[in-house]
This record gives sequence, structure tokens and C-alpha cells, in this order.
Amino acid sequence: MVDKTEMLDELEKGPWPSFVSQIKEQAEKNPISRDLLRQLEQSYKDKKLYWRHGGVVGVWGYGSGMIGRYSARPDLFPGVAEFHTVRLNNPSGWFYNTKSLRQMCDIWEKYGSGLLYMHGMTGDILLLGTTTENLQPCFDELSSEASFDLGGSGPGIRTISCCVGPARCEWACYDTLDVTYDLTMTFQSEMHRPSLPHKFKIKCSGCPNDCVGAILRSDLPIIGTWRDTIQIDQEAVSEYINGGFDIVSYVINRCPTQCMRLTEKELGINDRECSRCMHCINVLPKALRPGKERGATILIGGKTQLVEGTIISSVLIPFIKLTPPYQEIKDLVNKIWDFWGEYARGRERVGEFIQRIGLGDFLEGMGIEPNPYMVAHPRENPHIKFEEYYREGD
Amino acid sequence: MPTATIAGIELEVDEEGFILEPEKWTPEIGEEISKEVGCWPMTEEHWKVVHALRDYYKDYGMVPPLRQISKVTGFEMKRLYELFPYGPGKGPAKIGGLTKPAGCV
Ligand code: SF4
Ligand code: SF4
Repeated sequence: MVDKTEMLDELEKGPWPSFVSQIKEQAEKNPISRDLLRQLEQSYKDKKLYWRHGGVVGVWGYGSGMIGRYSARPDLFPGVAEFHTVRLNNPSGWFYNTKSLRQMCDIWEKYGSGLLYMHGMTGDILLLGTTTENLQPCFDELSSEASFDLGGSGPGIRTISCCVGPARCEWACYDTLDVTYDLTMTFQSEMHRPSLPHKFKIKCSGCPNDCVGAILRSDLPIIGTWRDTIQIDQEAVSEYINGGFDIVSYVINRCPTQCMRLTEKELGINDRECSRCMHCINVLPKALRPGKERGATILIGGKTQLVEGTIISSVLIPFIKLTPPYQEIKDLVNKIWDFWGEYARGRERVGEFIQRIGLGDFLEGMGIEPNPYMVAHPRENPHIKFEEYYREGD
Repeated sequence: MPTATIAGIELEVDEEGFILEPEKWTPEIGEEISKEVGCWPMTEEHWKVVHALRDYYKDYGMVPPLRQISKVTGFEMKRLYELFPYGPGKGPAKIGGLTKPAGCV
């Protein structure tokens, strides 16, 4: 039986699903989950975390994919004395068949807590809580029977993730699923044998709606875009208007660059000024769609706060056509790793590295010509520092 | 801190078995630990990496970053992971009686 959990019970009240209920359910049959629940209750009571981090867990031949976690009070909570996380690489776009999910769950109930989390920030499946001893047999079964491989961790390239892209979304400007799969296969060895100054994440979004949050959450976002003009179906525009839709208030006035106009029921866009924000396309899906000449913008340097504050990525390659085998991207990634790997300080993300040495020097190191698109909106670019000058006497 | 008796010598270790008294380290201790991290029996190549890490540690007070390990030993990353299947930083550091290398999750 599980001890009383008065604090945690509070988190089961209300109409929402509760992680506490889920852990309780597992706790009925699983001693790891039982002690997890007890330790968590204690944490809430004492307002104190009872986890310790540990680095040296892993499986044969892999330097990544397993994250060590230990209880700070194994005497009180022996079930979670070791509570390691296993990261599994996600398939492109998070498409699974039910069979592989069942297999994975069965294996995890056998070797671990039975609790899992889909999906982590990077995109992996996180299997939460098992012992050091169980890591190897658990991984062996996951890889041989269920065809799952480990995700990334530590200072190397992490699991690559993408939006559903062309599999389900009409806005996709390139095949996010294929790029993700191809890059994952290409950089498999680097993912499992980390050797970079810090983590390095790549995320692929099919259009500027950026459903995987690539611009903030990856070091190298690949975001779909077009370089010609937004396709307009004027008849469909009229239909919206005749149906009583207020295009002026909801679309034209909300265009961030004010590059749209409506003349005698015809919609016009000054595409030179358009910043590809997707607003008009999202609101008028029947009338507007991305242009025909599609590809992606490659950005660099995004990360959340750690040593330094949050950095939003900035443009590195304004437009690139993406066709297999995506050699330009692979070359670029290798070039970044060589340069950053050589000159970075320990534990310095590529965005922080660029902030330190300056975007100019970074571009020179990459052999990329500076381009006005990189600073089209200077105040949105964190790598440009504005200094104020005062004349004497001011 | 826990202690462990390795190759007949009693040593203070951290909870993951990294030796905290480097001055007491001997190659016999290293040989013994190599069994734990999947490198036994130690070959010349293994020792080359371990000694490179110890030398670097003497100079800089830390275990070198992974790329640096590849550079100072001349081994490719893939070979390093073959030699030290649980990681070419952690493995040789543990064998060589050095503190656990810092890494990110
Ligand atoms: S990012 Fe764009 S292409 Fe991808 S799912 Fe979202 S809207 Fe669709
Ligand atoms: S995509 Fe955005 S910037 Fe471009 S025309 Fe539409 S609303 Fe304006």
C-alpha cells in the first residue's frame, strides 16, 4: 500500500488530468513508482528537492541517451535510490504505430517504473526511472525487439525533431520529416558519441509558424519559407468578404509590416516588405498560401537561459533549397562544429560563442558572406550591439 | 564519503566510485577499475589515453574536453568509444584516479 499523500492529493482535484493519479496507478504494482510517490510527498512537505544528478551511467559503446538520477535519501526511499532516465530517439514527426508503442511500454514496465513522458524538450521519449543494473538489458530489448535507438545527451548533437510537415500540413515548405530522418542517420555516430563543447540542437519547422519552436529551442533551426510571392486566390478572397468576414480588421490591419491593401475587393501584397510571418495565410487559409518557390531559412544560436540568458536565433542562410541529400546543410553543420569545437570555451553554446566573438568573426570562420537579411531588423538581432555616442558637451 | 579497497589500498571515493585521493593512485588500481568500466585487460592504447588525461590534468586541473582527448591522443572519436565503451572522458578519468569530468545532461 502507498502511504498517505495529503499534499499530492491536492494535485488530483479539479477537472484536469493529474500526474499524481498516473503515478498512483503505477504505484499499485511497481515499487519504483511507490517510492517515487513517497519521496515526492516528502519534497512537497519539506519544500526541498530530494534528487541528485549523476553522470556516469550508460550502455555499452554509447556516450549518450542515459541520464543518471539518484535519490538523496536512499535510506528512506530505496525504490528510487537509482532513478535513471532513458532517452529514446523519436521518429520524424512523432509518428508511431501502436505495435511499437505497446512493445516499448511492455519493456519499460519490465525494467523501469512504467512511467514515461512524451516528448521531452528535445523531442525524445523519456522513460523515467530505472536502476543502473537494468539499463543495459532494457536498452538491448528496446533496440533489438522494438527497434528503438537512444537519443542524444551530453555535449553533442541531440535528437533532431520536426513538425508533422507535409505529412499532415499544407503549409510545409519542405519535407521536414525527410530532412530530420536524413540528418539523424548522417549524424548518428556524433549523437551517440558526444564530442562538442556543449549540446547542439537542430529542429525543423516546415513554415514560419514554427510549430516545434525551433527558433528559440535549437542551435540550428531550419525553418521553411518561400522566396517568391504569396499565392492569392482572389475569388476565395471575395468569398470571405461576401461571407461577412472583416478582412481589413483581422488581416490587413494586423499585418506586422503593413504591406497589404484591399482595392475594390482585390487583395494586394507588397511581397518585398512581407516578413513571412504567416498571419494572413493562417487567417485566410482558403485564399492564401505560401509561394511556389519554397525552401528554408537556416538560423543559428537559439537557446534558453543557462550560463547566459535566452537567445533567439538569428538568420545565417536567408534562403536555401532543400533537396536530398541535403549536402549543404551537412557541410554547414560540420563547419560549425569544427570552428566552434576548436575555439569555444568549455560549456559554451554556439549562440554564446557568437555573442562573445561577434557575428562578423563567426561568418568569416564559416566562410559566409554577410547579407543584409541577417540584420534586416537590427533590433531583433541579439548579435548586433548598438553603442550610443555622445559629443562632448552633450 | 565512502571508501573502497582497490588493489589492496583503501581509498576515499565519491558515490560513483571516482577516487578522491589521487596521490594514492597506482597503475594497479587503474587496472582493477578498468574491469568496472569495460576496458579490461588494459592495452597500450588504453594506457596512452589514461596517461594523456593524467598529464593534461596535471597542467590544467581538469579532464580535457572530448575533442581535446581525441587531439592529444591522436585517436578518432569512434576508436575512443571502442576503447572506452562507457565514454572516453569518464572511463579513463576513473581508471586514472581523476575526478569525474563535468558534463551537461
Ligand atoms: S510549422 Fe508550418 S508546416 Fe509545420 S506543422 Fe506548423 S504550420 Fe504546418
Ligand atoms: S505573411 Fe505576414 S507580413 Fe507577409 S503579408 Fe501576410 S501578414 Fe503581412
